[in-house]
Parts: sequence; structure tokens; C-alpha cells
Amino acid sequence: MTENFFLDNQDLQFRLKQLDLRDVLEIKEQGYAYAQEYGTAPRNYADAMDNYHLLLEVLGDICANIIAPRAAEADEEGAQFIDGEVEYAAATQEAILALKQADLFGAMLPWKYGGLNLPETIYQMMIDIVSRAESGVMTVFGLQEIASTINEHADDETKDYFLPRFARGEVNGAMVLTEPDAGSDLGSVQTRAFFDEEAGTWRLNGVKRFITNGNADVHLILARSEAGSRDARGLSLFLLERDETVRIRRIESKLGIHASPTCEVQYDNTPAIMIGKQRFGLIRYSMALMNGARLAVGAQAIGIAEAAYREAYSYAHQRIQFNQPIAKLPAVSRMLLSMRAEIEASRALVCETGIWVDRLKAYEHLQSQRDKSIPDLRQKLKEASNLADVLTPLTKYYASEMGNRVCYVAMQIHGGVGYMNEFNIERLCRDVRVTNIYEGTSQLQIVAAIGKLLGHALDDLLDKWAAVDYGSALDSLKKQLAETTMLFKKATDALKEKESDIIDFYAADLADIASFVVISWLLLQDALVSQRRADIARVYIGEHVSKINALGTSIMKADKTALLARETILAEQF
Amino acid sequence: MTYNSIVLVKQVPDTRTVTGDVMSKKGTMNRSAMPAIFNPEDLNALEMALQVRERYGGQITVLTMGPLKAADILRDALFHGADNVILLSDRKFAGADTQATAYTLKSAIQKIGDFDLIFCGRQAIDGDTAQVGPQVAEKLNLPQITYTESIASMDGDEIIAKRAFDLGSEIVKCKLPCLLTVVGSADRIRPASARKRIENKLAAIPSEYPAIVEKWAEFETETALAAYLTERNLEITVWTAADLDVNEDQLGLSGSPTQVYKVNYVVLESTESKEVPPTKEGIRELIQELIQEYIVG
Repeated sequence: MTENFFLDNQDLQFRLKQLDLRDVLEIKEQGYAYAQEYGTAPRNYADAMDNYHLLLEVLGDICANIIAPRAAEADEEGAQFIDGEVEYAAATQEAILALKQADLFGAMLPWKYGGLNLPETIYQMMIDIVSRAESGVMTVFGLQEIASTINEHADDETKDYFLPRFARGEVNGAMVLTEPDAGSDLGSVQTRAFFDEEAGTWRLNGVKRFITNGNADVHLILARSEAGSRDARGLSLFLLERDETVRIRRIESKLGIHASPTCEVQYDNTPAIMIGKQRFGLIRYSMALMNGARLAVGAQAIGIAEAAYREAYSYAHQRIQFNQPIAKLPAVSRMLLSMRAEIEASRALVCETGIWVDRLKAYEHLQSQRDKSIPDLRQKLKEASNLADVLTPLTKYYASEMGNRVCYVAMQIHGGVGYMNEFNIERLCRDVRVTNIYEGTSQLQIVAAIGKLLGHALDDLLDKWAAVDYGSALDSLKKQLAETTMLFKKATDALKEKESDIIDFYAADLADIASFVVISWLLLQDALVSQRRADIARVYIGEHVSKINALGTSIMKADKTALLARETILAEQF
Repeated sequence: MTYNSIVLVKQVPDTRTVTGDVMSKKGTMNRSAMPAIFNPEDLNALEMALQVRERYGGQITVLTMGPLKAADILRDALFHGADNVILLSDRKFAGADTQATAYTLKSAIQKIGDFDLIFCGRQAIDGDTAQVGPQVAEKLNLPQITYTESIASMDGDEIIAKRAFDLGSEIVKCKLPCLLTVVGSADRIRPASARKRIENKLAAIPSEYPAIVEKWAEFETETALAAYLTERNLEITVWTAADLDVNEDQLGLSGSPTQVYKVNYVVLESTESKEVPPTKEGIRELIQELIQEYIVG
């Protein structure tokens, strides 16, 4: 049998099987009425899930047989900057062509634009699979996300012009936010936009930096439309197609994801279309765009971790020391177990978050259509919005840190050879490193999540999961989790009462506890399905619960001791 | 100008995984006992047709002769982008050698009618004869380009193509319509399209309907399924001998002058060896012997 990165991944297949997208698809597929109009649209729920399986199978085939075999080559050659233009590595060009021929670009776009109307959860599975094969090309593939933003916020004329070309894979996109002096603090973006009355169009001037795939045909760009303003409220979102006024000044030389060009781009009176409402560029649209991208980066980290785990697993079984494969040594098997549990835990989390994002989008769509078919729509929308808002940064934070941990341990299992270029793990370690940096660092994800966490945004969900009957075999795990969940709530209340700099100081700890609690309940639900799943839950919870409880206790006692030490320890350079 | 293509394909046993009793007593193959795949060079042929369509437009019809199970590779052809597929299946076609096969395919091609190009793989990995393509061309009285590796250009009723051999290559010009046999070094088949994979997943021949109705409860009867498939153009056309203008004596086993007389089981003896002294004289003698045995030269 030929290799396939979906069919050889039992965890992904399990996640697909466990997904319950009934409510989402009922809305997204308009009660499956689209099936009358479009040959690819599903006739019913079972048909839709079968289609997703087929689609992931097609992707898994391409990733295993076309993209992954040339991953090292794509890394070594990397994207090049030649005569003012970016050229992808030959392997990357082949990868992009294959994904295009397979009609996998524009996959989330609605049927009418030639898309496959995919839900977010399925799209994240695609990102996971592509990233396992080669995480650099994932950024090119993943930037089809900007087509979704255009779909959600642009006017019909703009959509009709751009979206079918995205769906056919004729154009690709870049999300252009960062500037030399506006990284984490995007509110200080300086690229200027002015309305050229004579030409009747907006024009942009400025320089953007660290732009992933900045050589793309279509740019979604954040710029200052309100002259004299200084904060986020002066920024609007623009759409433009690259022409001679857009100049790629250079591309960065960087640690990993060499296949992905990171560009510095200059705009010189470039004509652009405004997307959505003026002055809502950052606070509404870029945030929504970034939230999608954040989830994708979480999935990317999982894909890289999956590749790293498989490298470590096969090496540990081949490498003989002390007359046995090192996989049999307890110290090594512990590392493998821990990696496996963490990867599966993260996938469960990405799926849960994906479902809430899908629900949010579906409900928002109903609301925009003034659809009254769901009586408690307003309440459902609020619930989905709350959960998507808190789970997205938490997922990006958890999955990208997890990916780094897994790659680190995978190299450790390889020992000395893992440090050498000949082995894939070295590349994976370099590639994964960016995942907890770009699309908002881990620290920024915590900032994004902490407000909601302190507002007990997860309580209803956790209470719902705690009310499930898990049976006697899982009773002790459930009890442990219930206690940790209680501690999480108490720690939340305790931290909420503290001064803001103490909250910021301990926020990471609360985010760790929250991630652990959410993931553990998800794994406990999986544990009902099979013995293996129950064991994964036991390994994961067993490994983390006491450390997490300790974090909870430390938050409860949180005071200014460590903060004050800044004054003495960090006061000067030692 | 657009060009319509017909691609001749074959479902073959995967000779990489041959096991056990695959040979019948009559010396023909027991195909149902083996994993069946799309003949590799036929995939190169299909890719070449897809590239012609991409560049110039036109329709691609994929044609195969074989048991009903061969519908599998026709679905595969649809997933990769074929416009139409036709299965030639009839007990009367069974046991055909290259001549009877070529006769049947020729008759089907005549029924299809409108075409500019016929593509086929150079040879199938089960028979390795490389005869069917050229015979089809002869029977249709068409020029042929064998061993095609790529098409350089097409203009009006002329094609320029590159033929590849072990020792070099050749650029040839030919009038259309013509037949091309395509080698394995030509571009490999593009990936299946996810969209077409989904769109054509129910494409079927009537004998497959019961299994589909069992899997998809929304089609309560085979008639309901048939109506659905017709509406979406998902019925795979099956032609039997009765659908073709043929002389039945020239079909299948009876139309095949090739008869397997005897099958020998050859056991290679690895113990047979001969030591050649590492001298100029020794090597000269070895080369002479190889020439005499027609192994080289």
C-alpha cells in the first residue's frame, strides 16, 4: 500500500470520527439544500463526513508521496530572493502545484465561489497533515485563510472578483500586518492610507516587515486610514493586488521554515480597496483573521510534533544499545509515551476549539441573514463567541509549546545523531521554533486569554463535562479531575482579586491550569471509547496532575515577592 | 483549436505483489486472485492527455476492456480529471490476446467516433507485449508515435512529440489524428482532485448499485439510485459485444491466434557460476561469449 499521512494517522481518523458537526453543517449546508445545486455538496451529514474523509485521504496521499519526500530539499534550498522577486524552492513549487491540482486551495470558501465550504475543524486537520510533510509550505497553503476573511467582510463585487480565483488556486495571499516598529503592538502601525479623490481609490504608502509569503498576489493589509491618529482605532483593513508599486525589498534569512519566504514589502501609492468598516481594521477584522491563523499555527505545531514523534519512535526501535532497542529502556519509553499523549491531547484541544469557531461562524451567518429559525440564537452566539475567544489563544499557546517540547524530546531520543544535519529531527526542531513566536507569541496568547479566564468563561463547559457519567472504571480519574477543576476555579478567583501586575505575572500559570483542565476532560470523554484512549487519559493526567495542582496552590498564595525581586535582581546587568 | 482524446487503459495485477496460484491451468491469469492496479504507464498516458486538455481544451474519454471490477480504474480516471469513461465488458471479450483486444478496442473507438488523439501506455505490466497500442493504430489506419515522452507542440492537424529510448531521443512530427504510446519516463500522473474525488464517488456500473444502496440509506431502491446517477451523469457506461459493430469470431479467446501451449516453471539455479580470470584475456573471452549468446551486441 502506498503511504498516506491521513490513513496512517489513527489519531486524526479518530478525531474525525468523534467530531460532531451536525448543528454546524445543518446551517453551513443550508439543511443540505446545496446538494441540489452543486455536485460536490453533501446530501446529508453522513455524506458530508464521508466527503471529508475522502478529501483528507487525497491530501494525505499528496503529503506522503509528493511533499514529504522532498522536505529536506525544500529546507536546504529554501525560498530565494532573485532580482527583486521571490522564488520558491523547486520542491515547494512542486508541492504547491500538487495542492492546486488537487483543488485544495480555497477549500473553506462557499460553494458559489468554487470552494468546498469546509468547516474550520476539517481545515485544521488539513493544516496538521500538510505541516507534518513540510511546515514551510504550510504557510503558503494556510494563507488561503485570507480568502475566508474576504468572504466574511468584503462586499459582493470584491468577493465575486477575488474569491473564484482563490478557489481555483490562481492567486495566493498574504496577511500584511507587522512593521519594523509594530510587532506585538499592532496598534502602532504606521503604513498610511489616503483616499485619492481624483482616482476614486484608496492608496497605501509604507513598509511592512516579517511578512510571511509577502510575495503573494493578493495582500490583506492593515494601514492607518485616519491621519494624525495614533492607536488601533485609526486603522482600517485593505485589500490589494500586487502591481509595480509593491516592491519586495528583501527576504529574511532565518532559523527554520526555509521554504516559506519572509518578506519586507514596500508600498508606494499602491491602490487598494477598503474591507469592512473604516477604523475597524485591527479591532475587528485583523483580530478575526489572526484568530483563524492562530488556530492554524496550533495545528501546524501538532503536524510537526507528529513528524518528530514518528522519527523518534522509529529511531528508538532501530537503535540497539545494551543489547536491546533503546525504546525498551524505561527512560526512553517514558519520553515516547509522554510525547504521544501530548500530541493526542493537543489534537483533541484543536478540534474542540475548531468546533466552537465553526459554531460561532455559523451563528454569525444566521444573525447576518436575520434568520429566526433558531429561537435562542442570541444566547448560542454569545456562548460560542465566549468559548472561541478564550479557547483560540489557549490552543495556540498550548499546541505550539507542546510542539516545541515534543521536538526537543524527539531530538533527545536520537542522542548525538539527532544533532546532525543528516537526520530529519534537526530540521523539525528548527521549524517548530517559530510556532510559539509568530501569529502572536505565547506571552501574547496568554494576554489574550487571561481576561476571559478570570471571567470564568470556561465554567459552563467544564460543568457540563463534569456532569457526564464516565462509569466506574474511570471514576478515580474523574474524581481527580473534579478536584483540579475546583482548584482551577478557586485559583481564578484568588488571582482576580490581585493587582494587575501580579495577575500578569501569574497569568501563564493560570493558562497552564486551564489548558490542562480542558484537555483532561476531553481525554476523559475519549476514554469512554477504548482501552487505548483510557490509557492515554491516564498517562496524560497522571503525568501532569500533581504539577498542575502545585501551580494552583502557588497562584492561591501569589504575592509580590517575585515581582519585587525585579528591583534587586534585574536592576542592573550582572 | 481544441483536441479530443481517447485514453486506452488497463487494470493489471500488481506484479510487485504476486503470490501463490495466479496462473490457471490453461495458462491464462486468474485476475481475481490478485490485487489490481491502474497500469502504471497508462497513468502517464492519462497525464499527457490532461496536459493537452489544459493547453488546448477538448474532452478526454477513458476506455478500458476488462471484467466489471475494472470500473475501479475508470473511477480513478474520473478522480484525476477524465471527462467520460467507458467500460468494455462481456464474457465474449474474455481470454483475448493482443489481436482480439486491439480489435475490440478499435471497434469501441469507432463507436466513440470524434477524436484527434489516442493515448495509451507503452505496455502493460502483466503481458509486457507493447503490441496493443500499435495494433489499434494499424486497425484504425492511423499513424502512431510509440515511446512518447512528451509533446512539444500541437498546431492545427500536426503534433510534434519527443520519443525516448535507452540510448537517446527523437523529435517527430505527425499528422492528426494519431495514436501515441507513452513511456514511464513521461510526466507522472497529477494527484487526484479532492473535488472530483467527492463529486464522482458514486460513479458506478449497475452491478455496483446494490452495495451503494446498502451503504447510503437515502437511496431506497436501485431505481432511485439509478435516477440520481443519471441526473448527475455518474453512470459509468458499459458496452458489451452487442453494443459494438463486431464480428464475434474475432473477439476473446476465439479471436485470439495466440494460444498458450505450455507454461514452464523456471527455477533459477544460483549455483551456476563461472569464474573469469581478471586478465585482459579473460575479459575478452567473456565479452565474446556474451556476444555469441546474444546477451550483448
